[in-house]
Amino acid sequence: MSDGNFKSSKLSRRSTLLGLGASAGALATAGALPGTLGFAQAQSSAPIKIGFQKHATGIGAAYGRWYGATTDAAVKRINDNGGINGRPVEIVVEDDGTDPKRGAEVLEKFATQHECDIAFGTLFSHVVIGSAPRAGELKLPYFVVSEGHHVASGMLNRYTLQPGITDVKSQVQSMAPFVAGNLGKKVTMIFPDFAFGHDHRDFFSAAIEAQGGEVVAKIAIPPTETSFTRYFPSIPRETEVIYHVMVGPAVLTFVKELGEFFGPSRPEIFGFIDSLEAVNINSPGLEFLEGTYFWEGMPRHAQADQTSHDKAYRAAVGVDDRGASLSDGKDVSTFAHMFGCWETLNIIKAGMEASDYQGPADRAKLIEAVEAMTDMPESDDHPQGPKQFNGKTHQVFGQQYISKVTDGKLVRAHTASIEDGMYEDEVDYTAQSF
Amino acid sequence: MEFGPHLMLASLEGAVIAAILSLTAMGLSIVFGVMRVVNVAHGEFFMLGAVLAWYVTSALGGHPALGFVAALLIVPVLVAAIAATADRLILKRIDYDADRTIVGTIGILYIIQQTTLMTFGPDARPVEAPFNTRLSLPWFEFGENGFAMFWPWGLSTTSYKLFVIAAAVVILLGLWMVITRTKIGLVMRATQQDSEMAQAFGVPVGTVYSLVFGLGAGLAALGAVLVVPIQQAHYLMGHDPLLLSFIVVIIGGLGSLPGTIVAAILIGMSDGIISVFFSPTIAKIIATLLVAMVLVFRPQGLLGKTAP
Amino acid sequence: MTSSRKSTLLHFGVLALLVVLFFVLPPYHAGNLSRIMVLAIYAMGYNLLFGYTGLLSLGHAMFFAAGMYGFGLTLNLGGWPVPLAFVAGVICAGALALVIGLLALRTAGVAFMIVTLMFAQTGYLVVLYFGTYTRGDEGFVIQQAQRMLGGIDLTSETGRYVTALILFAICFLGLARLVQTPFGRTLVAIRENEERTRMLGYDAGSHKLRALILSGAVSGVAGAAYALLFGYVGATFATVQYSIFPLLWVLLGGAGTTIGPLIGVFFMFYLIDTSSTYTNAYMLIAGVVLVLLTVFAPQGLAGELRKRVFKWLP
Repeated sequence: MSDGNFKSSKLSRRSTLLGLGASAGALATAGALPGTLGFAQAQSSAPIKIGFQKHATGIGAAYGRWYGATTDAAVKRINDNGGINGRPVEIVVEDDGTDPKRGAEVLEKFATQHECDIAFGTLFSHVVIGSAPRAGELKLPYFVVSEGHHVASGMLNRYTLQPGITDVKSQVQSMAPFVAGNLGKKVTMIFPDFAFGHDHRDFFSAAIEAQGGEVVAKIAIPPTETSFTRYFPSIPRETEVIYHVMVGPAVLTFVKELGEFFGPSRPEIFGFIDSLEAVNINSPGLEFLEGTYFWEGMPRHAQADQTSHDKAYRAAVGVDDRGASLSDGKDVSTFAHMFGCWETLNIIKAGMEASDYQGPADRAKLIEAVEAMTDMPESDDHPQGPKQFNGKTHQVFGQQYISKVTDGKLVRAHTASIEDGMYEDEVDYTAQSF
Repeated sequence: MEFGPHLMLASLEGAVIAAILSLTAMGLSIVFGVMRVVNVAHGEFFMLGAVLAWYVTSALGGHPALGFVAALLIVPVLVAAIAATADRLILKRIDYDADRTIVGTIGILYIIQQTTLMTFGPDARPVEAPFNTRLSLPWFEFGENGFAMFWPWGLSTTSYKLFVIAAAVVILLGLWMVITRTKIGLVMRATQQDSEMAQAFGVPVGTVYSLVFGLGAGLAALGAVLVVPIQQAHYLMGHDPLLLSFIVVIIGGLGSLPGTIVAAILIGMSDGIISVFFSPTIAKIIATLLVAMVLVFRPQGLLGKTAP
Repeated sequence: MTSSRKSTLLHFGVLALLVVLFFVLPPYHAGNLSRIMVLAIYAMGYNLLFGYTGLLSLGHAMFFAAGMYGFGLTLNLGGWPVPLAFVAGVICAGALALVIGLLALRTAGVAFMIVTLMFAQTGYLVVLYFGTYTRGDEGFVIQQAQRMLGGIDLTSETGRYVTALILFAICFLGLARLVQTPFGRTLVAIRENEERTRMLGYDAGSHKLRALILSGAVSGVAGAAYALLFGYVGATFATVQYSIFPLLWVLLGGAGTTIGPLIGVFFMFYLIDTSSTYTNAYMLIAGVVLVLLTVFAPQGLAGELRKRVFKWLP
């Protein structure tokens, strides 16, 4: 490709240095880009800047879109009610491409260029884990909405918190009593063969055995699989319940092929709605889901006893009673997860007001204020249900819902209590220094 | 499930994969063979086929079969046109230089992927199959009454999947006839053998290249239209077909179209069958290593003529 | 002045510039530059094999990941001290490159591309398979407290920048020197015409293998450095994407030049960073830029500079 020509030219040292100097100049100018020199801390009308680490592209993009919509709705409500400590909230959005490397870079951008007060909003575990170290080093409070057990496991740091959504260990654990009691004791688990799936495998196996049940088969499906039928023959005949939690773009195929495999004679099926987030439950090929059960973080279809909080939340975010966009009934939202953004932002507001947050110097006080939170009753701020926050593990615990598909609608069949999902503390972040 | 039925099921699934793969890989093989370039955006043309099929079927509404037939006819031509334009605008200018084509097609990959994200969106969207009945399949055993058929639990396929296999065979046969029996096919083969000589004989090599590039993309899109009722249309779905197509073309042997078919069948089938014996991730590891080893010890592929 | 004088001046000039920039740039860009330097090490490792020896690998992510996991696992699970763990990472990557080289170098051209791709895919799947230790795609964290060297906190801005700069300087100067040696020139000869080089009596196979081992080891340095300075080890870094990145960086910056890799990383980083401020579609802009570059500036930025202006550019 290159000619490797070493003929010496008449260019002098000066022009080389000039060239280098020009590039240095260009870089210095680049340094004067958007990031301001910082507001004077005492200015009370300056907005509170929250950096939103959004999965706008990449494998998480479907969630990112709805996380964005919910965030905007929550911020609008906060600002309409006077903001935080009298200051308006401004969301600074950066796309992390659902990639841990970019996620960490984006956090740096929030902290040093955009001069955000805090960062928030990440869903995918590997991005959270990839970014959290930087959050800790930059001393940037990082509120994740991820469902991952990594926060409570002690792997992360005191700056990372998950106060708005429950974690997978808690969710899985609270499902076991209902499954063992109502569906069957011999379970075949089908899960994706990476960390998220392994968490389900490990936590549920322990939980169902505690209920006197047993996992008769564990079918791990490689991450990017697009056709699933060939895995189903491994399902043992004595299976009473199939437990599935597939994620990714191919989930609809998975559910369809599961139905095609069994035909008319199927065991009980219990799945996590993660498989069908943003997918219409009445899609062709999903008829066999009738009579099956789903874990729902927040019931997608409005129930008979819908609270005023749920109603107000749906109206604010722009979804109808079936969890689809008001402007396009076929555009189904990621309803079981996005409430986390709404609730997290309200907790941020409560924390900032409790700690009288004025600026980045108060970040530690903000974290301490959130760590002090405990009971969060169901309200417009917390439409998913009542919660209990564990300040030591930085993880919140809440109700979990099990729905049955009845006449094409997800009807709530069981509510697991907050206590059902609790487990021993694995870390005490409050003992760590800032 | 007992071993026999399990193997049969895996083989059927493998056959579907092999069918789609042979179409997609054939597209790449023709481009490779005639133009000697690596088209990193090949998977994106596949994805475009699926996405455009969704648009066509949604726009037409009515019975799914209507939309599906329309998509089968319209979409591959549309994608071929897009590809031919890319060839004219970009590839021609860089003179089909190997390294530059790689960079250029990576650029095209990003452009197509991102445009799809911005218009179609990040969700995976289903396309309804024109027909899709579950077919229980029988298996045989030696019972008291001698040779008997029974219907094992779970051993089934769908009518649509069988259709896909049949359609792929028909299309490949048609392609074979075009390449070997028509004038266009002759021109393509001449350009593949020796483009300079072909040019000397008055063959418009530039136009042939655009046609071939379009044909390659169109075949991939055709495969995608066939597969989209089974899978869904998603903007990142081009990644795996790209990898697999490459493997198939190289293993089959550069410049050998029959080799591509053989390799597609082998790889498509083995993907399913190996998983009967091993856990899925191990199966994938074994499959990937096998491919590498075949190439290490036989770089020209199974039916290739010269070492690339 | 001779071209080797100019070359020396250029290399030291770049390093001096990087030192100066640390004091001049605002913290955001200084942080970016640390990252850019580490990734530039990766690009330089790739450049040795691709730009100088002419072998296009699509599997370098496995060497980067080997360095990363070699460092991360020995540190976290084995409790090794930082310098030892770092060396472990580099050795892992180099050893892997040796094994891969013995197999893959039996092929050439497109087959080599696919073989390296396949081995890298296998590597990724193996990392996932041993998820109990590697935590698979989620990855694991290397706590801040562990990333210290002789009392110096490597996670502070200064610590990070200085470490990145020192590692970069070693690889940069080392490789620049290497390509001037007979070994380096033989590599270029192999790139230009392997048959003729063989006929002249050079052992092309051994040269290619050594180039691959070195290329893999340098990529491993980058991987280990990344884990050390940014605290995260994950299987994402073993995916195909991370094999395509160095190819892009090197092609953009100028394959077969010493400063090309750094320029390429820098350019891509800021292209994505600045365009993402304006639009979600920054990859679209990146795609367009790539197409434009390959049509109008195929030698890459430094390569074009060398072709048109600075003919002595190493």
